[in-house]
Amino acid sequence: MAEYVAPLRDMRFVLEHVVGLEELAKLEGFEHADPESVFGVLEEFGRLMSEVWSPTNPVGDAAGSTLVDGVVHTPPGFAEAYARYVEAGWPAVPFDPAYDGGGFPWLVGIVLQEMLNSANMALAMAPLLTQGAIDALVHHGTEEQRERYLKKMVTGEWTGTMNLTEADAGSDVGALRTRAVRQDDGTYRITGQKVFITFGDHDLADNILHLVLARTPDAPPGTKGISCFVVPKFLVGDDGALGERNDVVVLSIEHKMGIKASPTCVLEYGGRSQGAVGYLVGEEHAGMSAMFTMMNNARLGVGVEGLGLAERAYQRAAEFAGERTQGRAPGAAAGQRSPIVEHPDVRRMLLTMRACTEAMRALCYYQASQIDLAARHPDAAARTTAGARAALLTPLVKSWCTDLAETVTSLGIQVHGGMGYITDTGVDQHYRDAKITQIYEGTNGIQAMDLVGRKVPMRGGAVVGDLLADVRSTVEELAGAGDAFGPMHRELAVAVDSVEQATAWLMERGLADPVDALAAATPYQRLLATTVGGWMMARSALAAGRLLAAGTDGDDDLAGLLEAKVITARFFADHLLPEVRGLLPAVTAGGADVMALTAAQLARP
Amino acid sequence: MNVVVCVKQIPDPADPGALEEDHTLKRTGKLILDESDSFGVEMALQLVDKAGGGDVTLVSMAPNDETSGLRTALAMGAAKAVLVSDPALAGAGALDTAKVLAAAIGRVEGADLILAATESSDGYTGTVPEQIAGVLDLPSITFAKHVEVADGTVSVQRQTELGYDQCESPLPAVVSVTAGVVEPRYPSFKGIMAAKSKPVDQVTVADLGIDASAVGAAGAGQQIVEVTPAPERQAGEIIEDDGEAHLKIIDFLDGLKVL
Repeated sequence: MAEYVAPLRDMRFVLEHVVGLEELAKLEGFEHADPESVFGVLEEFGRLMSEVWSPTNPVGDAAGSTLVDGVVHTPPGFAEAYARYVEAGWPAVPFDPAYDGGGFPWLVGIVLQEMLNSANMALAMAPLLTQGAIDALVHHGTEEQRERYLKKMVTGEWTGTMNLTEADAGSDVGALRTRAVRQDDGTYRITGQKVFITFGDHDLADNILHLVLARTPDAPPGTKGISCFVVPKFLVGDDGALGERNDVVVLSIEHKMGIKASPTCVLEYGGRSQGAVGYLVGEEHAGMSAMFTMMNNARLGVGVEGLGLAERAYQRAAEFAGERTQGRAPGAAAGQRSPIVEHPDVRRMLLTMRACTEAMRALCYYQASQIDLAARHPDAAARTTAGARAALLTPLVKSWCTDLAETVTSLGIQVHGGMGYITDTGVDQHYRDAKITQIYEGTNGIQAMDLVGRKVPMRGGAVVGDLLADVRSTVEELAGAGDAFGPMHRELAVAVDSVEQATAWLMERGLADPVDALAAATPYQRLLATTVGGWMMARSALAAGRLLAAGTDGDDDLAGLLEAKVITARFFADHLLPEVRGLLPAVTAGGADVMALTAAQLARP
Repeated sequence: MNVVVCVKQIPDPADPGALEEDHTLKRTGKLILDESDSFGVEMALQLVDKAGGGDVTLVSMAPNDETSGLRTALAMGAAKAVLVSDPALAGAGALDTAKVLAAAIGRVEGADLILAATESSDGYTGTVPEQIAGVLDLPSITFAKHVEVADGTVSVQRQTELGYDQCESPLPAVVSVTAGVVEPRYPSFKGIMAAKSKPVDQVTVADLGIDASAVGAAGAGQQIVEVTPAPERQAGEIIEDDGEAHLKIIDFLDGLKVL
């Protein structure tokens, strides 16, 4: 098996021709992120991922993290791989130079995240969670807290965690019971138990900053009574030196079907004292806004996990299909055995994997570019528009990229045939790793509720309306682009019509009966996301077509890439986008039958 | 202490190589740092670091003003580079290369030590470092696996079939470094960004005072007449184990003179 190779050519194509890296680099503060510098960075980072991170992935799956005498040990090679990443300064790339960050666009950080996830998703979760903690402190922390904690997290010397879930408070985070009691010196004492804490303890870094949601004694019930605290594993002195060990204890780590190397901890706060020492982040009872800051970036991050796994699964399936010989493909000489890549049904699987992965990549990078525009565009109205677009796309990116990752990694096993089911090949790891991405950071069902309940109604439906208008202008462009783009024109037009009808139905019926809206939420989310995916593929194909028309100057490699972009997009339009035709009736079927059986009937075999 | 490292920028070995009509390797696309040179760069950085001061300077000869491979070595930590790029150098042989690199080294002030790989990964002539030493009239030590510098002397463990020779030479000297003897660092994010603005002195053969008609295809005194593909690897011998297979394995290894 070959190690992961960063798909630099496709990454570069999407950055340059689909999401406008050059335009982003003109924004204030991003001047040094010119395309040539960015590609230099991606190339070297890709090499580190191939040579250092990728070989640790199967090792981590086999060994898992272990808990010995209350201390978590990561699998062999993980600490070294993480150290290489930190020593070279990579964690800092997309953060604010004020905190020793590299000042690069979030977009570039997302490309690096894709590579981290392709190389070793379980290990990539340490930096992902640290990013969430950094965001929370940047937006809600005091200057003193930022000074004390941020720089070490930006460099990756310390890591961060997000402590939301408790045994009885998962999707319903408002039910959490961890207590925080204010002391005379302004600090708080935290007591309670948190579960599912990713990298809650480990041997990669000297300190861990836990961001913890808890309730003060006088807090109102539900989400309005939640406050956010930073609880260091080791207390940090005024001089930055590490002091006393805080009362945060790992009670156990979970045994999981995938991401086995990522330690998922049960953490007990203050169980052996008057409480762990914590410091309030933001205002009391305003913890949910800090949580949402962490969650929005994390949700894009999870979508990118799906993208990274899909890419890795595709690379392995494509390699295997070229080597494995079985049967005689149409057109092969009599008596000759063909590599399975020559069989049309194997081709169909590989193209499905490739088309889905390319669509996910374009969507994730597009979403990241909107986040950058929302933060940096000089025009306030443009910032608002980009921010609204990013908010709308967040549930789509999270749910669609992870649902597709499940499909693509499953196809990755299928291409391997019986060999794929034998764990020796290791392709099952990607499938097992992918499953969790549909569940955490808000299940994909929760994403669908967020979409129909909060995002579609934004500005009375105008945010989704603006998106559809953009898709329609691409439909018009496709009409004049020639025969090669015919299927894209036909299917994207059907898709955007379907979304429009579904949205109108949803806005009307959702207001009348929330059961109808919630029953329709998941097929609607799939319908809109598939349409946006088709839009991304069409934009890629149009850009590739323009470049081909302008001539590639004898660069056969580039011409091959561009032709493949057009063909893959056409495959997406012909074979995958038509799914929307079946989704519209599922959306508008209403919720009556979904709820018609009683719970007792459902429970009876 | 100042160290000069000769580095070659070559077509990516991961891509299928192509030949020009005159049978030379096609070098029109992007060129990368020859992996065998990354060991010399790493060793130079370590030596300068240990000496507590000085610079690592790269010298390279490449077509089309190519700097991609140099940027990689600059991102690792080299301070500056001299690049000789001139159409007159197309078709240059090993001795031409040595003359050009020797002249380029002459542009670097105060070079105490000159490092090079034992051979490049695309040409494999394995003679350029010694020729540079000859042209510059400097001592030459080959196949270094470990290098130390103290008091104007370089001490080298020189790899041999049986172990190593301990060699010493006064500085300046030319030392060729065996692949794999140090672990080349990965360029850091800051290193990559800093490399963009590090100086690359781009010169032609005329700038070096070399007669263009004496180098390259014109002056190489050699011509590639024919290129044939390497023979396909022969199928191995399969021995059925009839209980005596181990003896045949011993005979086979004995035939190779490895026992």
